[in-house]
Amino acid sequence: MEPFTPVIITVLSGKTRDGSLEIFDEIVLRAGDTVSVVGPTGSGKTAFINDIEVFACKDTVTGRTVLVNGRIPPDEMVRDPAKKPIALITQNTKCIADLTVKEFLEMHIRARRIPDDSRVGETIALANEFTGEKIAAPMHMTSLSGGQTRSLLIADAITISSAPIILLDEVESGGIFKETVISTLKANNKAVIFVTHDPFLALLSDRRIVMRNGAVERIIIPGGREKKIIHLVSSMDRVLFKIREEIRAGTLLDGGEDIS
Amino acid sequence: MKLLIFAGPPSAGKTAVIRQIIRQLTGEFTVAFLKIDVVQAFEDEELKKEFGIPAKKVYSGDICPDHTGILVLRDAISWAEDLGAGILIVESAGLCLRCTPYTTQSLGIVVLSAVSGTNSPLKMAPMIALADIAVVTKVDLISQAEKEVFREQVRDVAPRVDIIETNAVHGTGLRFLTMAIRNVPDILDPDAIVLRGMPPLAVCTICAGKKEIGWQNHFGILKTLDGADDLYRGE
Repeated sequence: MEPFTPVIITVLSGKTRDGSLEIFDEIVLRAGDTVSVVGPTGSGKTAFINDIEVFACKDTVTGRTVLVNGRIPPDEMVRDPAKKPIALITQNTKCIADLTVKEFLEMHIRARRIPDDSRVGETIALANEFTGEKIAAPMHMTSLSGGQTRSLLIADAITISSAPIILLDEVESGGIFKETVISTLKANNKAVIFVTHDPFLALLSDRRIVMRNGAVERIIIPGGREKKIIHLVSSMDRVLFKIREEIRAGTLLDGGEDIS
Repeated sequence: MKLLIFAGPPSAGKTAVIRQIIRQLTGEFTVAFLKIDVVQAFEDEELKKEFGIPAKKVYSGDICPDHTGILVLRDAISWAEDLGAGILIVESAGLCLRCTPYTTQSLGIVVLSAVSGTNSPLKMAPMIALADIAVVTKVDLISQAEKEVFREQVRDVAPRVDIIETNAVHGTGLRFLTMAIRNVPDILDPDAIVLRGMPPLAVCTICAGKKEIGWQNHFGILKTLDGADDLYRGE
């Protein structure tokens, strides 16, 4: 994986929908950071990560500016996705490419001018750690389920794009092992910014950005104060996961006693 | 006056891109707009209403819309120059992907949608290969990896075309297009404008390889910018 030189992203504040200034001066994102973006539907969560993805330069509806290593990024970085240190996994769970998984990954490897092609297998193997529905090289991209598509694109972001900053938009929807995804990204020293409605995922982040009315309303740094609730939600999440799998498998849940 | 020629398949987002261009450049330039279409078009009325700019449309009817565009282009340049326009934007019908409506002394822009399928750049290769800029729209609907794969397909067709990715509804990334437009030289001699590429063969003098713009330079079934009926010139 080609090391990008360390990348620090700085988001400078923009405006709320009413035209008043946002409450923060800047939000700084570094390698290893996990930041969740929460708030009601329509509050501007996706717009926030989109600003980062397009390197907003007061040219988006929010009026925010995004700096890379303290500066307006060079045009080349903004315009060529292969030179972008950011990978965005969108809410979209379908891939439109009319290619097989193998062809798609090979083409991406070619686009990145990476000489070694062992990464196709590597990427599929990693993706299969994120999803219970196995992905195979000859499958068509368009036939993958939502969970498979996202798993593959996240794996691709790690192994092929090697992007130091990963943006995830509601990754929890669709059969994906979200905890494994977040811990793998952390282990790879990625800066992860994710939009989420999932309480457990939100609690897993070091910082929570709360959105309202198109703007950042509050930035919460729990710093260990939420330990108790994390413990509780973690066990609840495990129970819910089990029940979900049982329901998917067609089980009648009349016992109840073995779920804990 | 600068000449911008937009091509691209229907629903790719040509008008959405043009709308952003007009929005960003309207203080600096008087923009005139011409839409070429087959049976119905609304873009001229929409843009006229939204921006108060001079806008016009021409229906090709039974003639090839791209050929119509070529025939009326010389008239359109005079029309826009008489209005004192600084930029003339011509939007093609976008039906035949084989045609390349770009001319010399203009900026040729192809608009294609990121969700149109991985092989779509190959299918409209002539339309992309002779363009100066390829604007890829709807990139908000695809992932990073898909963007790169799509870009690679465009690169295979046209290694040197300038690729600009955008969500045209929000206008992201289009500052690079407006920069390119500002740098386009004005038309030097409208009578010397010719097509960059050869249209496919059919039955008129354009088809036979005459690349001059303007009906005055052609024979057969012709079209003028303001003429209601088709015009025949020849033996």
